[in-house]
Amino acid sequence: MSSTTIKAPHERKLRRKTNFRESVKNSLTMAYRGLLKIKRTPEQLFDVTLQPIIFTLMFTYIFGGAISGNVQNYLPVIIPGILVQTVITTSIVTGVQLREDMDKGVFDRFKSLPIARIAPLAGALLADTIRYTIATVLTFSMGYVMGLRPEGGLGAVVVAGLLVIVCSWAISWIFAFFGVISRTASSVQGISMLVLFPLTFLSNAFVPAETMPKLLQWFVKINPISHLVTAVRELTNSGTVGWDFTISLIGATVIVAIFAPITVRAYMRRA
Amino acid sequence: MNQFTDKRKGMDHKDLAVEARGLVKVFGDNRAVDGVDLNVRAGSIYGVLGPNGAGKTTTIRMLATLLKADAGSAKIFGYDVAKDAQIVRQLIGVTGQYASVDESLSATENLVIFSRLLGLSRAESKRKAMELLEEFGLTEAARRPLKHFSGGMRRRLDLAASLIAQPPLIFLDEPTTGLDPRTRNQMWDTIRRLVKEGSTVLLTTQYLQEADELADRIAVIDHGRVVAEGTVNDLKESIGTSSLHLSIQNEQSLSKARLIVERVLNVQSAVTAEGGKITAPMADADRVTDLLITLREAGIQLEELSVQKPTLDEVFLSITGQNTASNTQVKKEELA
Repeated sequence: MSSTTIKAPHERKLRRKTNFRESVKNSLTMAYRGLLKIKRTPEQLFDVTLQPIIFTLMFTYIFGGAISGNVQNYLPVIIPGILVQTVITTSIVTGVQLREDMDKGVFDRFKSLPIARIAPLAGALLADTIRYTIATVLTFSMGYVMGLRPEGGLGAVVVAGLLVIVCSWAISWIFAFFGVISRTASSVQGISMLVLFPLTFLSNAFVPAETMPKLLQWFVKINPISHLVTAVRELTNSGTVGWDFTISLIGATVIVAIFAPITVRAYMRRA
Repeated sequence: MNQFTDKRKGMDHKDLAVEARGLVKVFGDNRAVDGVDLNVRAGSIYGVLGPNGAGKTTTIRMLATLLKADAGSAKIFGYDVAKDAQIVRQLIGVTGQYASVDESLSATENLVIFSRLLGLSRAESKRKAMELLEEFGLTEAARRPLKHFSGGMRRRLDLAASLIAQPPLIFLDEPTTGLDPRTRNQMWDTIRRLVKEGSTVLLTTQYLQEADELADRIAVIDHGRVVAEGTVNDLKESIGTSSLHLSIQNEQSLSKARLIVERVLNVQSAVTAEGGKITAPMADADRVTDLLITLREAGIQLEELSVQKPTLDEVFLSITGQNTASNTQVKKEELA
């Protein structure tokens, strides 16, 4: 390039906006960056590898006998519950890492490039689906090792896994929003846990709701996590797709529709 | 006080790479940038000179669409940074004070990702990355993660990343701060070459010498305001080429000595906080003879006399009649 001269502004083709195709392309490039980063620092996958193994073992043997009589009968109940809880908890990391990433100088460059504003965010979130996939595969594998034989068949299990990954990706937009508006990574972690802990435990993920007080039962029924857990149970245990499946997808869509735009707006304002 | 500000009324607007009017940015109760006007002619190197916390970085961030101005407006090649931000981004390259590259990735990966984002194909991106790495002498380190890069290598990579799209305007925020003299000279050569190829460069610096070496015009900025603007020669003439430092044996006669200095040299002087040294710009070396004679006649005995090349402090002293912010208090660097 040392011999070339630089084109004057009026000779350039300048565009006022990035179109949809470019936005997708930019986001995929950013996702590629996210994957490279994961490849460079594989230790950040510790949580998604260990958590499914430890939690599945722990909860199954602690609650199994008390809730379902024995471990074998509890597996079809707990594995979908643990799956949803683990994968969604993993999505908090997305927000935390986004905060850490945004504090680095490289985000200045992304902002100064003529790319879609959503790309750095969407890319980071997209790359993290690899984390959800690892957690999903490991949880089901643990279940299988412990004796779970899903009656829905492999196909239904795959669909259930995809459903959880899609929903977690949608939910990660909430944590991405916290990530963008918070000052520090640890505060993102704090707020997110505060939101997520009651949501996952006040659901039907670990125990049937029937034994809970009336008020709690009402909350458990409207809790979107319960719908997702039920959808996964129906798929793995009988291979059926019911109303809960639809509700979960609608919920995911609504979350993305609300949080993606406000997150991008907050991201641009913080600039 | 603002004797060098040249309004350049006759200038054709099409020639201007940067045209800023009354830019203001307030952080809390700190007016980081307080009404900055800048005119940068296309094809030139423009230096923004000032101490830490003067508002240089904030100004650049507003011009580069990274920060919204609270008041005022700025145009890049005639495009408004607020209204046509996406167009402006197609015309600029930004190299920040802190390397804006990805620490955990290698140099090649960084350049490929930026190239891809700028719309180059996979093959083109690889080629472009190789080309830039070679040009900036980074080929050997291409595969190493940046964590193991030296400060100079990181800066070079950073600048390389800004040049992928061959932007006609390049912002360089303190491009040589923290570099050793050799790498600094390399950086200067690169900057000169960029302008030769047709780019416009706007750089900030804390060093008068750097502005002197590179810039066609300079804006001196302090407390968020442009306190002087002009060519390097304009500025130099105002402060003299060097400054005179005098220590007096008997501290009681300090103020008397100061009066004599100001009268004989016909300039403003200052007294350094530590050790009570008188400093004054030395516009005409010949007058120092007169000064020494007058001091002897007045019975003031000198302890030490030295002549120093102008520093940023003296530019400020001469232009604003007060010490720089960095001298009186360490102001918080505005990064936000």
